[in-house]
Amino acid sequence: MNAELFTALTIFVLAILCGFAVISKVPATLHTPLMSGANSIHGIVLVGSMFIAIESDNPAAYALSFIAVAFSTMNVVGGYVVTDRMLQMFKRRPAAPKAEKAEA
Amino acid sequence: MNLSVLETLVRVAWLAGAATFVIGLMRMNSPATARNGNLLSAGGMVLAVAATAVFLAFEPRDTELNVTGWFIVIAGIALGGGLGLYMARTVKMTAMPQLVSLFNAVGGGAAALIAIDDYLRLTAAPSLQINVATVLDILIGSITFTGSLIASGKLMGLRITPSRPVTIPGGQLVTAALALIVVAGAIYLWIPNLSIPVMLLILAAALVFGVTMTLPIGGADMPVVISLLNSFTGTAVAMAGFVLDNPVLIIAGALVGASGAILTKLMADAMNRSVLNIMIGGFGGGEGTVGAAGGPGGSVRELGVDDAAIQLAYASSVIVVPGYGLAVAQAQHAVRELAELLETRGVDVKYAIHPVAGRMPGHMNVLLAEANVPYPQLKEMEEINPEFDRTDVALVVGANDVTNPAARRPGSPVSGMPILDVDHAKSIIVIKRSMGRGYAGIDNELYVNPKTGMLFADAKAGLSDLVSAVKAL
Repeated sequence: MNAELFTALTIFVLAILCGFAVISKVPATLHTPLMSGANSIHGIVLVGSMFIAIESDNPAAYALSFIAVAFSTMNVVGGYVVTDRMLQMFKRRPAAPKAEKAEA
Repeated sequence: MNLSVLETLVRVAWLAGAATFVIGLMRMNSPATARNGNLLSAGGMVLAVAATAVFLAFEPRDTELNVTGWFIVIAGIALGGGLGLYMARTVKMTAMPQLVSLFNAVGGGAAALIAIDDYLRLTAAPSLQINVATVLDILIGSITFTGSLIASGKLMGLRITPSRPVTIPGGQLVTAALALIVVAGAIYLWIPNLSIPVMLLILAAALVFGVTMTLPIGGADMPVVISLLNSFTGTAVAMAGFVLDNPVLIIAGALVGASGAILTKLMADAMNRSVLNIMIGGFGGGEGTVGAAGGPGGSVRELGVDDAAIQLAYASSVIVVPGYGLAVAQAQHAVRELAELLETRGVDVKYAIHPVAGRMPGHMNVLLAEANVPYPQLKEMEEINPEFDRTDVALVVGANDVTNPAARRPGSPVSGMPILDVDHAKSIIVIKRSMGRGYAGIDNELYVNPKTGMLFADAKAGLSDLVSAVKAL
């Protein structure tokens, strides 16, 4: 095992623990937006798709990387937009009786 | 190793992006900061992607600029971004879970494609760690891809993917055979061997496994499945990060892998089911469980709109129990109108939200928030359950299994599932189209309770009639 792999593993394990710590505090009402938000975060795979597209040099690789780029962009853009649409709804509440600050 | 200035800047941008993902999720803790957190996370994503583009454009290479490659990046982003934007903006909020599942499918697919592409380039068997990461990426990414597509199809109610559990002939054998292919193939590749046919065999087995894993699971359990697959995608993306030696993919993937796992467990807990239990069989799939629930005696009392309106209008407290039936009938605005009308008459109105009301935890909150129901009126199960005893009328709209008192006794498919104590209210009005069963496929004992009046109507039409009837009083 080399040092670089060990660094990568360290990052991996700490990021997992970080995910556990952050998520366990989210209230149930926000679980759907949260799932959707987490879903958009793994759209980061777009970065990887861009790398393989630029390194492509044959039709098969072009085809694979094109699908990969399109798929991951759909994941990113669609994910963030739909999450925002959900969260937007928690904010606006006009007319209805005023109840300052929910049980936040 | 010393990094060039360019690479240093790009890595700083990736690190910043990864940090925004963590902070963004933290800010989703509270409704007040959640939207801001999501925007922050999106900003980090834009930064990370833009930095990658700059890096790929200006990094010194021994080959010429890959024009076709760039064309593919731009065309792919335009196509995927356009499609994603269109779907995300036009989807109805009731159809949102299946869209999330679809986005999850393509994310997993992209992660698998990265590993496949990487593998096709190899000229010799890679180091063990790359080999392991590649195979895991292909495996998990492909399972997620087909599994999420099936889950999405089930929620859409497509004919080829019915929401009821579908039994696959010899299901256990098929699963075992697929697992055997994958394990044998993986070991063969890790020995190490470089074999594209074996890689493709693992890919095919994983794609089929995604289908056979999801098809037998009933629609009611789909949220848990989607959440689990979301976690899978995160893990696949982290594996892609190992394959490409890219830290931001590892961090973001691991973060989502962990978050998805926690969320999956929370959802399964809310239904008092173990994740394993859900993955192994459909709801009520166990032998004889349905029969055991058989025949609650008693007869159903039908209630007219005017009677129901009088009960509601002269109550001092009403708890609305919304379920998926309300969502499919698009009745969230009608229910809010009725609630506001009752409030002007001095009735205290609250909403009881079961953790799995709707299609995903929190889904009902989103739907009601869309209809401008004030957030403080939405009460979670633990908070509202003690209040049913003091409540004059519980108005159940399109909710079924989550109100079934049979859950308190053993021997029913819903046994042990936490339910809303609707039957503790002084009287109960159920708006429902028919005596049809819920996802659990059993009769609801609440409906034959002497305190219960059934108002047979479509949720939206029934609520609108109630509004007019209350106004006329």
